[in-house]
Amino acid sequence: MHTMGSVVGLWVAVSLGYAAWPASAATPVEIQRGFEAAAREGNPGFAGFSAQRGEQFFKAKHSNDWSCASCHTANPLAPGKHATTAKDITPLAPSANPQRFTDAAKVDKWFKRNCNDVLGRLCTAQEKGDVLEYLTSLKK
Amino acid sequence: METASRRMLFDVTVWTASLFMTLVLVTREAMAGSSTFTATHPKWEAECGTCHIAYPPQLLPAPSWRRVMSGLDKHFGTDAGLDARTAAEIGVFLEQNAASGKRALAAPDTLRITETAWFQREHRKVPEAIWKHPAVKTRANCVACHTAAEQGDYRERNIRMPR
Repeated sequence: MHTMGSVVGLWVAVSLGYAAWPASAATPVEIQRGFEAAAREGNPGFAGFSAQRGEQFFKAKHSNDWSCASCHTANPLAPGKHATTAKDITPLAPSANPQRFTDAAKVDKWFKRNCNDVLGRLCTAQEKGDVLEYLTSLKK
Repeated sequence: METASRRMLFDVTVWTASLFMTLVLVTREAMAGSSTFTATHPKWEAECGTCHIAYPPQLLPAPSWRRVMSGLDKHFGTDAGLDARTAAEIGVFLEQNAASGKRALAAPDTLRITETAWFQREHRKVPEAIWKHPAVKTRANCVACHTAAEQGDYRERNIRMPR
């Protein structure tokens, strides 16, 4: 009887867990692994990601006179504001906003759009990994 | 007898006046077009409502939406590119609910809702200082004054201009 209760309890807990999880669930760590594989493929001398390099990249103005920080602010733990439409943007750092970097397709979509806006080109896997390294290093 | 005819004259006047007022109100509402929009689509809400509020499909005619959706990679100066399937799905929703009546009369050259004739007519009395207010910043920022815009409600009773 006791075992039966535990089995049912476990089953309920697992089902609820699946229901609460988004369809294409990932973690920032898994997404970072994807960037690492891509970076290695493009560069045999790949020597890891750097939070410091990521921070510089995040805050630097690039060819279109915008930086990532133009909208996300220089503090990714805080909410941002869209530079042209003034709409609020939820924080980018996963410690401040656990929904960030949990959906690989969404991450790809936004890196493509925002790199085009800020740099006028796509970002390399090295650049994306550095930025993610920086964002995950920030603690609330 | 005299009181009875006076009474009748009074009645007729009151009835005519109220009928006239009702007509004026109904016509004004019809001329302005509805100001509450309920059509919704989860992908439209998610994809079009991130950088700005999801603008109701009723605010632009169908040909304009078709042009918007075919140029998302260069969307008013930013890349708002979508995968083809999602873009097609949202496109159908936009065109099916696109502007009709007055808002669709003059198919504008512009794709900016704020540059259409109906938008400018509706906002002609808004003082320049309001447009330049730091809480407004851009004409695209509907919610700055239309406090219930995110629920599709642009009615006059829910307008609060920033001070």
